[in-house]
Amino acid sequence: MPATPLIAYAHVGKSFDSGRVVAVDDVSLDVAEGEFLAIVGGSGSGKTTLLRLANRLIEADQGRIAVEGEDVSRIDPILLRRRIGYVFQSGGLFPHLSVAGNIGITPHLLGWTQAEISARVDELLDLVRLDRSQYRERMPHELSGGQRQRIGVARALAAKPRIVLMDEPFGALDPLTRDALGDDYRTLHRELGLTTVMITHDMTEALLLADRVAVMRGGRLLAQGTPAELSASTDGYVGELMRTPRRQAERLGALLPRGDTA
Amino acid sequence: MTLSADPRWSEALSHLPDYLGNHVRVSVGALALGLLISLPLAIISRNRPVLRTTLLGLAGIVQTVPGLALLALFYPLLLALAALTAAWLGFSFSAFGFLPAVLALALYSMLPVLRNTITGLSGVDPAVLEAAQGVGMTPRQSLTMVELPLALPVMMAGIRTAAVWVIGTATLSTPIGQTSLGNYIFAGLQTQNWVFVLFGCFAAAVLALVVDQFLALIENGLRNRSRIRTALGGLGITALIAATLLPAIARPHAGIVVGAKTFTEQYVLSALIAQRLQAAGLPATTRAGLGSNVIYDALTAGDIDVYVDYSGTLWANQFHHTDIKPRAELLGELQMTLAKQDITLFGELGFENAYTLVMPRKRAEELGIHSIADLASRAATMSIAGDYEFFSRPEWVGIQKAYGLTFRAQRQMQPDFMYAAVASGEVDVIAGYTSDGLIAKYDLVTLEDNRHAIPPYDAIVLLSPKRRDDEALKAALRPLLGKIDIAGMREANLRASGNDASSSPDAVARWLWDKIGPH
Repeated sequence: MPATPLIAYAHVGKSFDSGRVVAVDDVSLDVAEGEFLAIVGGSGSGKTTLLRLANRLIEADQGRIAVEGEDVSRIDPILLRRRIGYVFQSGGLFPHLSVAGNIGITPHLLGWTQAEISARVDELLDLVRLDRSQYRERMPHELSGGQRQRIGVARALAAKPRIVLMDEPFGALDPLTRDALGDDYRTLHRELGLTTVMITHDMTEALLLADRVAVMRGGRLLAQGTPAELSASTDGYVGELMRTPRRQAERLGALLPRGDTA
Repeated sequence: MTLSADPRWSEALSHLPDYLGNHVRVSVGALALGLLISLPLAIISRNRPVLRTTLLGLAGIVQTVPGLALLALFYPLLLALAALTAAWLGFSFSAFGFLPAVLALALYSMLPVLRNTITGLSGVDPAVLEAAQGVGMTPRQSLTMVELPLALPVMMAGIRTAAVWVIGTATLSTPIGQTSLGNYIFAGLQTQNWVFVLFGCFAAAVLALVVDQFLALIENGLRNRSRIRTALGGLGITALIAATLLPAIARPHAGIVVGAKTFTEQYVLSALIAQRLQAAGLPATTRAGLGSNVIYDALTAGDIDVYVDYSGTLWANQFHHTDIKPRAELLGELQMTLAKQDITLFGELGFENAYTLVMPRKRAEELGIHSIADLASRAATMSIAGDYEFFSRPEWVGIQKAYGLTFRAQRQMQPDFMYAAVASGEVDVIAGYTSDGLIAKYDLVTLEDNRHAIPPYDAIVLLSPKRRDDEALKAALRPLLGKIDIAGMREANLRASGNDASSSPDAVARWLWDKIGPH
């Protein structure tokens, strides 16, 4: 691992309702450059809050968060968000803007020229494997869920960020689309040298996509590590989370004996 | 006679450029001002629940004030303000016509715009707002690039509602001196000219529909991001405004403005005065349908130049005297009081339009009632009707006191309807006007006022300060002084209350001049 992590949480805490609800409780977590980290937890575990603290959609009460070595509390939150890609649950596309308008929004905010934006939109449509001429001018309501999420990914990548934050990006998709999109993103992550933090409640998805998995419960970070490391964890909750993919893998292995697939 | 051959249609049509132009100008001005105030207010208050509730509450209260009252309230308010600015800042402005109308109507337009803008903005999906923040928009960028565009259809619906309300309510700005399509309606109602009433209603409705459709086109264009439709709608509105501005540019300077209150006799007399001035080669226009609280102040402010008032009205209402003086003495004192305000009492026309108690002739004879005194013993079983101001005027108190009258019930009515009401027995007695032609038409009698409880009401011509020394104007009007007797005025009023082509104020004024003029 390189000396400075790209994202570093140090003893970070956040509570809501004047302290009555503790969402994130003394979490320390480093994300290395080029790493794909998945944060797994149930609803109310604090995983979404933790993600949003990184680009200051939510402000931390305690501790220190550094992005690319800089304390985020010293960076203008608007500029910080423009240099970090963010993929929202089920796309979060602007319904009144075309596909091109949605993808080009952050470059537009950064003051790129029309020609630069236009070229970048085409490039990104290629990257997320949607036909340029066919999709450029479509409106979000004319797209399928999977296509919307592809545009969401393209939008997050538009301003060439080094970091991408993903908030349950594939949760609302059907299994086939989900699988294809996950694979495609994983490829993009590798080819573009991105650093990705993805939230999910699905341990199977986390294990399949991420290099490393962090487990949260009740605002606390319970465990973090590679799939193999987590598999060896003695924590009861982590063990419970790992049981499902393991059982699925065993059953599928028994049901689908390895054969010659045409 | 077929409808289309009725000359009242062509007369109505000849007023259209003036009335419609003014109507559009005041409506557009009010709507623009209303938007300028309510849009920022709505945007500011979208994240402030207390402010939002307060604003919507206030706008709702404004909406419950009847349009006519709201418009009328702005006149004294601005008059006081003008006096203040004149005293402190050294400039004054006209509290008459355009300004109070625009302000009151702007206030009226605020509720739908506020409500729909707030609703539209708060209806934006929170996930979309989060996305706006997430891609790096500042709060202002989020507002202009995301929230407002998404709220636009709902906002436009509010703006369209406001436009239709303002155009409709603008017809009520006639009594505060703003010419509008309401001039047709007020004049038509007073002189029983249903052609005018229909014409005014129809024109206002068409205008509202046209503006609404242009706004719908803009809305549709914005929603579907069609520049062509947006531009067409905008072009339509611009063309409408431009078209109504043209006559204003082309029209010569207004010259002498003749005022008239809101009843038949006033329409006839103002038409007569305007005709005499025009005959003398003086450019003259009329501003008819002014509220009686507005018209005197409009004269002192120079917004109108000449009008006919009644000595008793000024005495009691304008100068708040409660005592009653003999006719000549009251006129003399009034002349001096008026002169202090630089108003010229140019002279009397020759008749009185006094309040008088009126009953059907047959009934009065049966009961042996000849005077108000005879009425006293029977009043307790009778009902009385008067116009909207009569029962709050000092002379009513005077009559009650002098004769010890107490009626079983008193009702307020539109003056033109109360004669029919007393003739049909709907009420027993009415407080009518001595010069009203309907007294003869319905075979009614006026009851004697032996104890002189009712002050004299000589019709007098008043001139504004700037016309004090206008000899040409005075020469043109001098032939009218002392020439119109009560019988002549009654017949003129009766003619004007007819419902045919020869009953327009202009036609009746010409008839009256033929009767009294030098031949």
